Amino acid sequence: MTDRRITLLFAGITSLTLLTLVFIIGYVMINGLPGLTLEFLIESPREMGRAGGVLPAIVGTVLLTAIALIIAAPVGILTAVYLTEYTRDSWLPRIVRFGTESLAGIPSIIFGLFGFLFFVIYLDLGWSILSGALTLSVMILPTIVRTSEEAIRAVPDAYREVSFALGSTRWQTVTTVVLPSAKPGIATGIMLAMGRAIGETAAVIFTAGSSLRLPRSLLDPTRTLPVHFYILAREGISLENAYRTASVLILLILAINIAAYTIMDRLAKKEG
Amino acid sequence: MRRSETLVQWSLALVALFAIAALALIIIFIFKEGSPIIARLGIVEFIMGTKWSPSRGTFGILPMILGSFWVTLSALVIGVPIGLASAIFLAEMAPSGTSRILKFAIQLLAGIPSVVFGFIGLVILVPLIRQWLGGPGFSVLAAGIVLGIMILPTIVSVCYDVFKAVPQAYREGMIALGATRWQTIRMVVLPAARPGIIAAIILGMGRAVGETMAVIMVAGNATKIPVSLLEPVRTLTSNIALEMGYAVGEHREALFATGIVLFIIIAILNTLARVVARVEKV
Repeated sequence: MTDRRITLLFAGITSLTLLTLVFIIGYVMINGLPGLTLEFLIESPREMGRAGGVLPAIVGTVLLTAIALIIAAPVGILTAVYLTEYTRDSWLPRIVRFGTESLAGIPSIIFGLFGFLFFVIYLDLGWSILSGALTLSVMILPTIVRTSEEAIRAVPDAYREVSFALGSTRWQTVTTVVLPSAKPGIATGIMLAMGRAIGETAAVIFTAGSSLRLPRSLLDPTRTLPVHFYILAREGISLENAYRTASVLILLILAINIAAYTIMDRLAKKEG
Repeated sequence: MRRSETLVQWSLALVALFAIAALALIIIFIFKEGSPIIARLGIVEFIMGTKWSPSRGTFGILPMILGSFWVTLSALVIGVPIGLASAIFLAEMAPSGTSRILKFAIQLLAGIPSVVFGFIGLVILVPLIRQWLGGPGFSVLAAGIVLGIMILPTIVSVCYDVFKAVPQAYREGMIALGATRWQTIRMVVLPAARPGIIAAIILGMGRAVGETMAVIMVAGNATKIPVSLLEPVRTLTSNIALEMGYAVGEHREALFATGIVLFIIIAILNTLARVVARVEKV
């Protein structure tokens, strides 16, 4: 085969990958968007989700994701600061890095099992927003650590040297120079983690439960959008509402991911 | 000033230990809950047992181990060639502007929730397989195709980075010798990138083994050993997710024991990926 034909072949295969993406999003949107009304977003479900809207699932998703980020973001960013600014190669950072890398590889169903045993039963938090959020925070921690670490490493050393020359301590340098310059990169990581938390099902269903009621406290069970979608689709409750729920979910995640990758792309251009 | 700096350093170290503490807790809790039943039944009985019927107290997970194996293998057969070819195109052939936009789109594919993948498989792939190839449609093949698509972003982005890390001078040397672009890729870039490609495949494998919701929706979940690609199958992950909702006592312990087996498989895969990636750096 000639060079040109091979390039065409590989371009064809790549477009196959893209077509899959377009197809999946398009299929869900075509079936879900027409019925997506404001009422669907702000009403509570009736008859197990056969009628009515998805308000409790939206509230549940937002609360779970927000609390998971409130816990994981500071821990993740500070871990990244420790790994990049405060250590040389020694046993402690190596253990920390092993921990985050291992967490990144663990399947979400294992996080679900753990969250059920530890938060729901052992800490007696029950099926609740808190149990679900804590489980998610452990799951998304590696994403935040890794992206923050990259962002902090990309800050030029000259910035730090100027700060030290002015008599700042290391911590002052971190808070006034390093973190502000790394902010866009760190924000990208947090947004990617957010997308992952919103779309997660297996880790959430055994920790936050699947209640359809609007939660009154953080110790109430709830149901997130992907869990609601899963139950609607799998138990054949309503295919129509399943499509609508899926389109809400996909729009939400696409918006967040597109924003995140746009920031990342702009950063790459600035550096490159 | 010095003292406060030391204080900061130790506080940060303490926060940084959060990840490893979480990992330790995960291991301790899952092993504590799942190991008694493995000890009681015997590890061979549990892993090699071909019957899973919780109501009779029979817990053998061989069908699920083989289920995970076949589903993952099919996913690799589908995902690796497509992913590798896409990565080669993006890194070595496409103009940089095109490549940037396409990479962006493939990253978006990674963001789609697994339940959505499973659902599309359920409403499109399963009926197609039932109609054209026979069987119930819910099958090893359906799960393999869905997972093959799901691991694409992992394979593409890791391979892409690996190709970009191959020094430009290698390519220039080949082109100076009169080689075509494809010859350069085949004889220089791919061999230089081999350890990284293997690491990417192992990472994709880990993702496929660990995936739960998408598989449950298309695999059919029967607890017998599949003898063809068109038969329904249950993986280790689905076994846990399907029965956790109502399992009690010994049954629940057996599900955590399934979790232990899954955890060990993932740990082995991650270690392998790390070792291979380290070899590459040397």
